[in-house]
Amino acid sequence: MIFGYAGKFLEINLSNENVEEIKFDDDILRDYIGGRGLATKILWDRLGSKWEKVDPFGPENMLLLLTGPLTGFFPGGRICVSGKSPQSNGVVGSTVAGEFGVELKCAGYDGIIITGEAEKPVYLFIKDSDVEIRNASHVWGKDAKQTVKLLTKECRELLKTRFPNYGEWKEPSILYIGPAGENKVRTAVVAAKWTHAAGYGGYGAVMGSKKLKAIAVKGTGPLPEAADIKKAEQLTQRICKDVYANDLWRRWGTGSAGYVVGAKTSSEPIRNWQEEWHDEESFGVDKFENRVWIKPYWGDFGCPTTCLKIAMVKTGKFKGAITDNPDYELQAYLGSNLGIFTPEENVFLSSLIDDLGLCGIQTGNLLGFAAELFQKRILTKENLEGLELKWGDAEAFAVLARKIAFREGIGDLLAEGTYRAALKLGEMKNTDLLRYAVQCKGISIGAHGIRSGKDYPEIISYACSVQGGDHTSIACYPLNDSRSELVMTFHDSAVYCSFNIFGIPRKLKFEFYKAVTGLKLTQKEWINTKSLRILQLQRAMLLLGGPDIKWNPKIHDENPTRFYEPLLSGPYKGKTVDKARFKEDKKKYYKAAGWGKNGIPKSKTLKKLGLEDVDEAIEKLR
Amino acid sequence: MTTEKEPTWIAREFSKCSGCRKCEIVCSLFHENRIWPEASRIRVFMLVPGLEFPHLCAQCQEYPCVESCPTEALSINHKTAAVSVDEEKCIGCGKCIDACPGRIPHMHPTKNYILICDLCNGNPQCVKVCQEGGWNVLKLVSRKDRPYKLYARTPDVVTRDLAVKIYGELGEEFL
Repeated sequence: MIFGYAGKFLEINLSNENVEEIKFDDDILRDYIGGRGLATKILWDRLGSKWEKVDPFGPENMLLLLTGPLTGFFPGGRICVSGKSPQSNGVVGSTVAGEFGVELKCAGYDGIIITGEAEKPVYLFIKDSDVEIRNASHVWGKDAKQTVKLLTKECRELLKTRFPNYGEWKEPSILYIGPAGENKVRTAVVAAKWTHAAGYGGYGAVMGSKKLKAIAVKGTGPLPEAADIKKAEQLTQRICKDVYANDLWRRWGTGSAGYVVGAKTSSEPIRNWQEEWHDEESFGVDKFENRVWIKPYWGDFGCPTTCLKIAMVKTGKFKGAITDNPDYELQAYLGSNLGIFTPEENVFLSSLIDDLGLCGIQTGNLLGFAAELFQKRILTKENLEGLELKWGDAEAFAVLARKIAFREGIGDLLAEGTYRAALKLGEMKNTDLLRYAVQCKGISIGAHGIRSGKDYPEIISYACSVQGGDHTSIACYPLNDSRSELVMTFHDSAVYCSFNIFGIPRKLKFEFYKAVTGLKLTQKEWINTKSLRILQLQRAMLLLGGPDIKWNPKIHDENPTRFYEPLLSGPYKGKTVDKARFKEDKKKYYKAAGWGKNGIPKSKTLKKLGLEDVDEAIEKLR
Repeated sequence: MTTEKEPTWIAREFSKCSGCRKCEIVCSLFHENRIWPEASRIRVFMLVPGLEFPHLCAQCQEYPCVESCPTEALSINHKTAAVSVDEEKCIGCGKCIDACPGRIPHMHPTKNYILICDLCNGNPQCVKVCQEGGWNVLKLVSRKDRPYKLYARTPDVVTRDLAVKIYGELGEEFL
């Protein structure tokens, strides 16, 4: 057994309520580590041969909640959520912060694999090795804050009754879905702690399709034994010292970017990316700090950065709205992208999105898409059931967000996500609407544009990524570039927060890995072999796709049309993505990743990585 | 700085707690040589998101826990003024939990004895880590004749108070 792992996983079939403990060979854990890497391996082994036919909302799909060996040890605890994505029809490793992963390991499990589908709404309550499938009809339909409140109370009472002499019971850690997940909205999240979410991938909808409202876990054991806990603690000290000395994320989180990414780098979505520059000082971080932040440092297990800040509106018509920060992504997507530039309106919409269990990034993208169609009179007031979807009208966007979460009226169509909604509406209106859909392979583009060339992604970053528009996993050349998804897979597989690695030497994470697991790993070995293997598996499943949509690299390894329109304003006015350069860069990336000119992994590449079965399965795509 | 000879008290300012739980990590490493949140003598409660706070012995001068112990497993360490637990003598009856106004002691999750903060023999690790991070929720001050027992409140009561302070009128709704 490898150090740092609890050594077993829970597998729960909700159709027949079968619960069992399973193990993975050390070789698999050595190669795929945990989280995103292991999820990719499990999904390929179990579903790969029938991937195209697997309905993401069917009982055959799996919902994976996986920790990694570094979860709980490395500063900043997270858990990785995965499965067949109802957005990309591929695999997304979507991580969410909080104590869930730590509690799970302390309960004795490295992860949970959920299959099947319950007949009636249920939630799971795990206390160490006791696993219960419990009725959740009383919380079905409840929003995030109500769900957390009711389940925290219920589980603490259960613990108190069962263990009356223990003393006071702390809360269990809870992952849950909101109404959007229950209604299988493709932009629904798996959430924690009111405001934290595994957004990319749409796994809230997968959880909803299984009628699984929540999972609460209380582990009373220690974290698994580490190979060298003293060394791990020294490295933790080293990381913390660095973080404490660095003010940016600690002081403002990503909250200073809502102004800066627009004003300085011209790469912030504005009115559905019609522009990327603004100079709205009303959206400055000082305004958030001075007007709405009520808790300046908020963090999760072991985190020195605490980039979160709790925000609350105290006066006016949005009084009582509570959320975190909002962070940059939500400042952009539920702010500038909708023509909104005040902290109060931004907090109001973010709070609502949290409550409904929607992804702020992808729902913000969807709302912006709908508003541009309204602006262009493609979607009329009648189509929107009387709603005038004007830029800057937070209340109108709130009405539409609710319709989406509950699939009411036009919301039912939009609940399919920007890409699918664009296809359907385009058919209805008999025109191409995909040109207004700022997404890649079913996943909305994160709030970092590529036209100005001043932000961190490259022009091929979204088009060539195995996780589409996900801004936390981007394609970069060369493959070992520090921003590259081949590097990021390590954070998502060892499962900890990548926000605690800024400024520290790159090899430190592998020293940490060795201190916890006892295993030696180098950046070179990771990039050239293990991570590359994960990438090829993700690429294969993405291209196999189905059942509703399949991606063709020739068509879909491409930027949203919008990114070829020149920037309309700001210091980088006129800049755009050069098509010829994009083609060249893509060619270079394909070659480096071991893909043919058609974008499909080469036989030689796959065989070298020991993925002969993948080679066989994708032969038909070549 | 306080000297070893002078008993100290851990002053606490709950509303500043970020919820980083580093206090739980260092406490359990010090006492158990493992990262073990439930075996930590200081536990961060989060009954409502945003209302995290550390729950640990208030070191009150009355020591009702010591008095309640039927086996004399609890005693006062006169050097530090902390409560010492004799793990051999403790029978895990839980009387000290009921005697504590804050229901602060809790059982060791795998062994049959109670866990109460022992101030790490006068050099509390939780305070150190909280100060290093600049959170300053915990601070070591010299022990004086003050009503420390007011800080012995149950997690539910502390949560209720923090809810009002942080979320105002809305606070009640989340309890």
